[in-house]
Amino acid sequence: MSDALVEIDDLKVHFPIKSGLLFDRTVGYVYAVDGVSLKISRGETYGLVGESGCGKSTLGRGLLRLVEPTSGRITFDGTDVRALSGERMRLFRRRIQMVFQDPMSSLDPRQSVESLLVEGLKAQDLHRNKAEAQKRLRSTLDSVGLPASALTKYPHEFSGGQRQRIGIARALVLGPELIVADEPVSALDVSIQAQVVNLLGDLQDSLGLTYLVIAHDLAVIRHISDTIGVMYLGSLVEEADADQLYERPLHPYTRALLSAVPIPDPRVEDRRERMLLVGDLPSPADPPSGCRFRTRCPWSQTRCAEERPVLRVFDDSGQRVACHFAEQIHSGELTPHEVRAELVRPGADAAPAVDNELIPTRTDLPTQ
Amino acid sequence: MPLLDVRDLSVVFQRKGTAPVRAVDGVSFTVEPGQTVGLVGESGCGKSVTSLAIMGLLPRRGNKVTGEVLFSDTDLLKLRPRDLRDWRGRDIGMIFQDPLSSLNPVIPLGVQVAEVLERHQGRTRQAALKQARGLLDAVGIPDPARRLKEFPHQLSGGMRQRALIAIALACKPRLLIADEPTTALDVTIQAQILTLLKELVDDSGTALVMITHDLGVVAGLCDTVNVLYAGKVVERAHRHDLFAEPRHPYTHGLLQSVPRLDADRGERLHQIRGSVSDNIPWSEGCAFAPRCDRVIDDCIGDTVPLEPTYRAGALRCTNPVPKEVPV
Repeated sequence: MSDALVEIDDLKVHFPIKSGLLFDRTVGYVYAVDGVSLKISRGETYGLVGESGCGKSTLGRGLLRLVEPTSGRITFDGTDVRALSGERMRLFRRRIQMVFQDPMSSLDPRQSVESLLVEGLKAQDLHRNKAEAQKRLRSTLDSVGLPASALTKYPHEFSGGQRQRIGIARALVLGPELIVADEPVSALDVSIQAQVVNLLGDLQDSLGLTYLVIAHDLAVIRHISDTIGVMYLGSLVEEADADQLYERPLHPYTRALLSAVPIPDPRVEDRRERMLLVGDLPSPADPPSGCRFRTRCPWSQTRCAEERPVLRVFDDSGQRVACHFAEQIHSGELTPHEVRAELVRPGADAAPAVDNELIPTRTDLPTQ
Repeated sequence: MPLLDVRDLSVVFQRKGTAPVRAVDGVSFTVEPGQTVGLVGESGCGKSVTSLAIMGLLPRRGNKVTGEVLFSDTDLLKLRPRDLRDWRGRDIGMIFQDPLSSLNPVIPLGVQVAEVLERHQGRTRQAALKQARGLLDAVGIPDPARRLKEFPHQLSGGMRQRALIAIALACKPRLLIADEPTTALDVTIQAQILTLLKELVDDSGTALVMITHDLGVVAGLCDTVNVLYAGKVVERAHRHDLFAEPRHPYTHGLLQSVPRLDADRGERLHQIRGSVSDNIPWSEGCAFAPRCDRVIDDCIGDTVPLEPTYRAGALRCTNPVPKEVPV
């Protein structure tokens, strides 16, 4: 028996693009999540990182079936989540809860904290015993570091950090096993971020929670996660242990991402080599053929356009990478070349080719 | 002689029925020609209001702006609005945080770039558009001729920010104010924009005031850094000094509380307790005192002055962090 709490197998979430006045014709699809497979072990924190539009939030929502996946399998503790329907799904939701990004917009301003927290209990029919429910609310608030007096207050009476604590309390009150946290700290100030990050860690230790943390901030993700998955344009391009990923990034995109994160230390910043990516993320409605990253990759070869790389195990460390040439790039056998700037228009159908406009890229990155 | 000399700048928001709010409380700093100066702080510390006050972009109603903003010996605060318009865009350029809301959605990009040149250099539309093409090219927008005719929504976030930079730098200003220019962007795009800004500033000798909450951005870009807290400068230092030996407990705490990509993964992050709502007014001591780990009796009661330290630095603290304490 494996210790995986969640297994996602070839999950796809495609959103149809509709057009037409009378007839709702589907003219295409946005491939938000396009074939992601991953496992989350019990008690670990899985960090999902990527830039906006890469499908990381959709993946989290798809896991909870807040958006219905197009295809694929989700197994939670032996249960096939996608096979559950109606009442059984509703009761099942108790085991997976979500914490949202912006505590200001995810809490109803007209509901008191008590009413916000009781809502979940009501949905799961756990509110009948009043005394029991009250006790539960108080202990939950206590665990996130809020006083019991907070119950009668409204969201606007709290600061940003406290509001996020309410959001976490709302997820905790049902006693879930998995918490999906979508950008839990990105709306908070730096000094408050640390408080919430520490709180998430403490709760995991005391309650044995499993987390799927979705964020764009690689430094935060690396700090809290055990395993990190890097997403690009709907697919997982690399997955590794948190330290391993930083020590030995294999996928060119991971490298670029790591080198782009500013480090608050001038001595490091002055000496750092940067790998600057050319252009922007291609449209997920019209992803490039083959490897999705090839249009911006300094190592791309003809094979990359023809064949889509699958996520494969690189070596015994368990690190997985979706790149045809990971070994050659890692050993330095394959050298980077200049990438031609390619125009990508958000929402546009085809990318026109540009012949003479070049943005020089720094590709003199040392290979380890 | 400094290019920009901000002296004792204060901004008070006055609204009927509410107590006045001191958003900026006696901020002073200077910017030398060609220098890059950072203003760092968390939301609500007054960093953006400072930049808006310098540019004269705050609405006159309900705001009281006092102090002096000397730009090559002219006090910008004393200029009439129509005279100030001659300076804005010509001598001082500005880049805002959100490129989508600071570009006009119904005017083609080219016209928005050309507008500055027409206004300040008296170019005809034709000549200005031709020049705009070169400007877009210089900020790394591919196929500028086609982009000139496009509207802001047709561009990606990174492209829009590049366009804003092109507008700000169109007249080769001596000073550029960038208010969180990369906050709305992804990290890989942020790296592109920061590299571009650095190159342009180095090449043209433009002085830059960089306003940000991201200590990482400051570390790679700024010469001198001003740390703001609750409307006042609490620490000023050369970037190497600031990051190696932060003296103010707030700066020190901030640096310790950000997880670093290149450091060992520690168990817990250092956290600054409480939130800005715990602050006390500056007139009653140090506003940070209720959240400070090093608070002593002297911190409360009297106003804490900003004392000069070495290498043009300054510090507002009665019980600073000793130099040997590592971050």
